[in-house]
Amino acid sequence: MRSSEVNRTNEYTPFHPRWYRTRVSTYWWLWKWPYLKFVLREISSVFVAYFVVLTLEQIRCLSAGPECYAKFQEWMKNPFLLVLNGISLLFVLLHMLTWFNLAPRAMVVRLGGKRVPDLLIAGANYAAWLVVTGCVAWIILR
Amino acid sequence: MAKKPIEPFFWGLFSAGGVVAAFLIPVQLFLFGLAIPLGWVKSPGYESLHVLLGHPLTRIYLFVLCSLSLFHWAHRFRYTLYDGLQIKHLNEVITVFCYGGALIGTAMAGYLLWGLK
Repeated sequence: MRSSEVNRTNEYTPFHPRWYRTRVSTYWWLWKWPYLKFVLREISSVFVAYFVVLTLEQIRCLSAGPECYAKFQEWMKNPFLLVLNGISLLFVLLHMLTWFNLAPRAMVVRLGGKRVPDLLIAGANYAAWLVVTGCVAWIILR
Repeated sequence: MAKKPIEPFFWGLFSAGGVVAAFLIPVQLFLFGLAIPLGWVKSPGYESLHVLLGHPLTRIYLFVLCSLSLFHWAHRFRYTLYDGLQIKHLNEVITVFCYGGALIGTAMAGYLLWGLK
């Protein structure tokens, strides 16, 4: 709509004019892969929150004593929880992949006046991830 | 959605939480959620984990991880509900639920980690 057409409605009208808008389905994101991927990426945040709840419960049991922690460990062997943890891990990995692949666009690094290639920045993130993962696993399991 | 001056602050928390979650959650979730319960690796046992948790650096690490991850969730989930399901009329309720939840979780983490026995 041209602005002159909009401005013409500036004179007094008892009702605000309503522009025509097509209704978008609530499930607009289901039918195209890029949209679905976007929504799955956003939903990964729910599993991030689930991990925090799990971790807080683990800390509470570690603080409460060996019996409580043994119960926690038994509880973690529940098949339902194992499946949920597996699904959560997939979503968290999706978050990791999409986050690192976006990193080159979020932080543009220039060296000697030239932009550092995207692949190098994402690659640096993946390399750092491997190192951090190794360190955390070593500290927990040592 | 109207841009409020507080928005960049929440975006900053979201972004920091995203980094922390990407780097640290997969390994911890894999170990404690799958590998240890399924017996793929030997369980570190109560004693060694309790000692590890007693270290101040571990507590700071866990506090930052829990808190930032929750604010990451809050921001992302809020916009998922807003854009994905288009429930704009519940805007205020959703905002309070998300950031409020993150605040409560942060307080819980602080309480558990500082009052550790």
